[in-house]
Amino acid sequence: MVQKLDYLRESPSQTAGPYVHIGCTPNFTGIDLYGGDLGAVMKTGPVQGKEIVIRGIVFDGTGTPLRDAMIEIWQPDAAGLFASANETRGAADPNFTGWGRSPSDMTTGEFSFDTVKPGAVPWPDGRMQAPHITAWIVARGINIGLHTRIYFEDEAEANAADPILSRIEHQNRIQTLLAKREGDGVYRFDIHLQGPTETIFFDI
Amino acid sequence: MSPAKTTPPSGGFIPRDRDWQPDALTPGYKTSIKRSPQAALLSFPSSLSEETSPVFGHGLLGALDSDLIHNYAQPGESAIGPRIIVYGRVLDEMGRGVPGALLEFWQANAGGRYRHKKESYLAALDPNFGGCGRTITAEDGSYEFRTIQPGPYPWPNGMNDWRPAHIHFSVFGHGFAQRLITQMYFEGDPHIPLCPIVGILKSQDAVDALTAVLDMHRTVPMDSRAYKFDIVLRGRRQTYFENREDGM
Ligand SMILES: [Fe+2]
Repeated sequence: MVQKLDYLRESPSQTAGPYVHIGCTPNFTGIDLYGGDLGAVMKTGPVQGKEIVIRGIVFDGTGTPLRDAMIEIWQPDAAGLFASANETRGAADPNFTGWGRSPSDMTTGEFSFDTVKPGAVPWPDGRMQAPHITAWIVARGINIGLHTRIYFEDEAEANAADPILSRIEHQNRIQTLLAKREGDGVYRFDIHLQGPTETIFFDI
Repeated sequence: MSPAKTTPPSGGFIPRDRDWQPDALTPGYKTSIKRSPQAALLSFPSSLSEETSPVFGHGLLGALDSDLIHNYAQPGESAIGPRIIVYGRVLDEMGRGVPGALLEFWQANAGGRYRHKKESYLAALDPNFGGCGRTITAEDGSYEFRTIQPGPYPWPNGMNDWRPAHIHFSVFGHGFAQRLITQMYFEGDPHIPLCPIVGILKSQDAVDALTAVLDMHRTVPMDSRAYKFDIVLRGRRQTYFENREDGM
């Protein structure tokens, strides 16, 4: 017998189920605890950079909006710095948490984030990535949380040079990763779980 | 939590083992059929966007956040059901404790009923039970909370499907790549092998990894039984050359 590698295995994922809001956004479902829901507010004071709103709907394979999903986003501030203990490049905007959590609306299915346009962050090899936001989607029927990225359609030059976007084989699918400008500072980012416009999801 | 002690090593995250984790499409769990992506996932090494995550300080927590028996109860009242303590450690794949991890948990009451606008099961609500709590792991990754044992409940999938008693967990480690939601089951529950959601797991080892064990040593006599439930998050690759001074 050879030696054994004594690593542990990651806990298996299970669906968030239909009542994820009880645990993660209790106030949204009428359970008045904690003095408010975590991730509901990303700006704790005046912030640097361009303030934006990102809205969207998660659609299933029949085109029906998910009304029981939860979406989380994580991003750097306008200067490209994360409000994280692991950020070693400098201090992030003290009034910006970088993390948001939004339940999809129980009637329309729409989620929404009141945030700032993120700055660029380097890839491990030093090249700059296009400005983007990391997103994570959970819901009933989703067995393991889905990672994707929100890029911006009005960053064409940066997107063209992005280390990930430029390596995607099916370039016609890149559209699914672009937030579309709906007005000044307002973007739409719909997420399609299946179908011809299925969003690109990441194993990252 | 002190950032200096919680700065992890600098390597990227070890890829998620997709042969161990459940697939997206699991027809026995019907809702997954129209909610599962069909294209291949796009694999990339983690970058700063996934290797960072927000910091949740212990100051966030209220005194009763980890006591589901009392956090929604009227003064002097408590939730109805078998009193239990759930405890364990959050570890990474290398076996190191993960300090400062945010755990959020939610569950049905002792009758199997959730407190939610869209819940329609006929079992009674408990006016003194909200069904959610949260805590943050200590320096060694340990955690503990107090609750009542939830009941099994029926759900629309097959004509007669029941969930085993379970507690949902949301786990936030040190990198967004570690983000995880899972469920804890109870040792000996006969519904475990019958449940289509448990059934998406690919091996008995995976089922066992989500099944908490009764621990009589931690049980408080005449008060509460104790169940141990450890949680493992993805680990970060470390090589001699990648180690930083503040790494491990
Ligand atoms: Fe449940």
